[in-house]
Amino acid sequence: MPSAPAAAVQVSLCKTMAKSNPIIDSAISQEYEYGFVTDIDQETIPPGLNEDVIRLISSKKDEPDWLLEWRLKAYRQWLKMKEPNWAKLHYSKINFQAISYYSAPKEKEKLKSLDEVDPELLETYTKLGIPLEEQKMLANVAVDAVFDSVSVTTTFKEELGKAGVIFCSFSEAVKNHPKLIQKYLGSVVPATDNYFAALNSAVFSDGSFVYIPKGVRCPMELSTYFRINAANTGQFERTLIIAEEGSHVSYLEGCTAPMRDENQLHAAVVELVAHTDAEIKYSTVQNWYPGDPKTGRGGIYNFVTKRGICTGDNSKISWTQVETGSALTWKYPSCILKGDNSVGEFYSVALSNNFQQADTGTKMIHMGKNTRSTIISKGISAGKGQNTYRGGVKIMKGAENARNYSQCDSILIGDECGAHTFPYIDVRNPTAQMEHEASTSRIGEDQLFYCNQRGISTEDAVSMIVNGFCKKVFNELPMEFAVEAQKLMEVSLEGAVG
Amino acid sequence: MLTIKKLHAGVDGKEILKGIDLTVKPGELHAIMGRNGSGKSTLANIITGRDNYEVMEGSVIYNGTDLLDMSPEDRALAGIFMSFQYPVVIPGVNNTYFLRAALNARLNHHGLKEMNAVDFMHLIREKLKLVQMDEKYLTRAVNDGFSGGEKKRNEILQMLTLEPTFSILDETDSGLDIDALKIVAEGVNKFRNNERSFLAITHYQRLLEYMEPDFIHVLIDGKIVKSGDKTLAAELEAKGYSWLE
Repeated sequence: MPSAPAAAVQVSLCKTMAKSNPIIDSAISQEYEYGFVTDIDQETIPPGLNEDVIRLISSKKDEPDWLLEWRLKAYRQWLKMKEPNWAKLHYSKINFQAISYYSAPKEKEKLKSLDEVDPELLETYTKLGIPLEEQKMLANVAVDAVFDSVSVTTTFKEELGKAGVIFCSFSEAVKNHPKLIQKYLGSVVPATDNYFAALNSAVFSDGSFVYIPKGVRCPMELSTYFRINAANTGQFERTLIIAEEGSHVSYLEGCTAPMRDENQLHAAVVELVAHTDAEIKYSTVQNWYPGDPKTGRGGIYNFVTKRGICTGDNSKISWTQVETGSALTWKYPSCILKGDNSVGEFYSVALSNNFQQADTGTKMIHMGKNTRSTIISKGISAGKGQNTYRGGVKIMKGAENARNYSQCDSILIGDECGAHTFPYIDVRNPTAQMEHEASTSRIGEDQLFYCNQRGISTEDAVSMIVNGFCKKVFNELPMEFAVEAQKLMEVSLEGAVG
Repeated sequence: MLTIKKLHAGVDGKEILKGIDLTVKPGELHAIMGRNGSGKSTLANIITGRDNYEVMEGSVIYNGTDLLDMSPEDRALAGIFMSFQYPVVIPGVNNTYFLRAALNARLNHHGLKEMNAVDFMHLIREKLKLVQMDEKYLTRAVNDGFSGGEKKRNEILQMLTLEPTFSILDETDSGLDIDALKIVAEGVNKFRNNERSFLAITHYQRLLEYMEPDFIHVLIDGKIVKSGDKTLAAELEAKGYSWLE
């Protein structure tokens, strides 16, 4: 098992259907490695959603009144909203009343050290290869693990504390740093931003909070690991990262879930705030259960709202994602480039194999002068997978000399998958410079034959070709995760070519 | 080394090769000449095992086993190599990585130790000189942005590195200027010895001026209509193919 959560990110494009190719069909029988269920005492509230459920969640978490009000306001707004249907995703309607909105490992007394964590739980994380135990200290990764709805433990708290960095569960932050939470919660993704963000705002259970003080370069990679375990449970976490002036942080999230027949809902919100001269690098390796490879049953519905604001001058936010999991992915990590000279980046690899569908991309909103954004999106479709890149670049009136470079490439494996691209460009300042490149290609019989003729097996050839295709994005991942991402691509593509 | 017997083969049920018999002994270079559509490339594709081609009858025996029962990669590992007429681009995969993967697949197959990156660099630098290629080549993606001449030299470089025993040169002279042609031919000539065999497929005798064949076969409409020694090339150049029809 990898030392870090494997995961996948989104990909893209081009309204092209692959043509049939006799050598490349069939199979696509990757096995999902993380499909185990942990037998642990859970406290799960009955399915259903109403104001009482929200009050119950809030009281379980001992929240202040303002937060309960905030939740209720989001819920009331959500009731008036319509589930979006513009994405290129086909699925049967979600029954929001059939979902349980809170599940937690029982006996959640305050844990002082890892020794007190349920051994079953630790076992789970060991299986997942997460460096939870202190012995893995050398890995220099601080991990906050969210198991179903509750944050279980945060490692390296002390060492981070010395640097003045706050890295804790969201619930702890509400208790210990209420002013920061009150100031920033919903400041980038308002509670009523969209249907799924509103739902999250109403029922979110936990998540991670990061605060990097002025001038501090965070001494290690920060990492959150999300695991859905309980059946019929939604996971709704929130992540909030604040980088004060001149600070720097690199953050990684990974996700897995057990194999279950029914679909499970994951609707997260991530908010990033970068002040003057600050830099946030956010990497995701998403490997939620993609559903049964043969029937398409089960799998995670992943509806995520991720957005960062470069509020100060010369700040930078960089999203990197490798999305290989989930039955459905609906995700558009975005940057609001408000400060002058601020920089937004989006590097994405999204793989849809078997019955997976991904509709993902980014939005870059240029407000400040001399703002720059880069979008590199690599989509891989195999099996019956459908992969859509949807990206928006908006240059506002005041954004003098803004620049954007977009590159959206898709690769198709087999003849039953699809790649689609929807780039939206809105320029309101004539000084803007925009570049957009897109390509769609197929792993061709000729490429495979060329490799075969050199003695390279078809399986090795496919992984070589796909990794070559994803190189620009993998280069953006922290070193050890780049290696994991490569391996993950290999596993996810196993048998994709017959 | 390689014996083709009564080979009938084609694509989509259409017969292209209509009974080929050919024996290539160790150390020999055979040239197959003929017009477009005569079946030259089909023959190359059948020997290397390209998908979509079907064999209706016959056998291709290589060192005692029938190649037709083997996968393309197993044939390659057994020592069959083809210099492609149109080498394929593989974006993002650099030449060094690709060629080392190919070499290690071969070493593995023969139960030998894989070559590490450092040793491989030494090896490849030597081979680069033989085809007069720049070291910058090593960091570029496979055939990506290569000129026609570079692609063909790259094919020969791969041959020199993988050291196959039976090499097919499919229109290796096409798209080459005279200087590049000399370099390519030189590379092949240095590689020739009494164990390695070659099948050179070409339209023109030009290539054969630099790369002396032991035998020349003329392929017309899927059949070898005439075989001879190297003097046949000059005759074809002077008279064309029509006198053989």
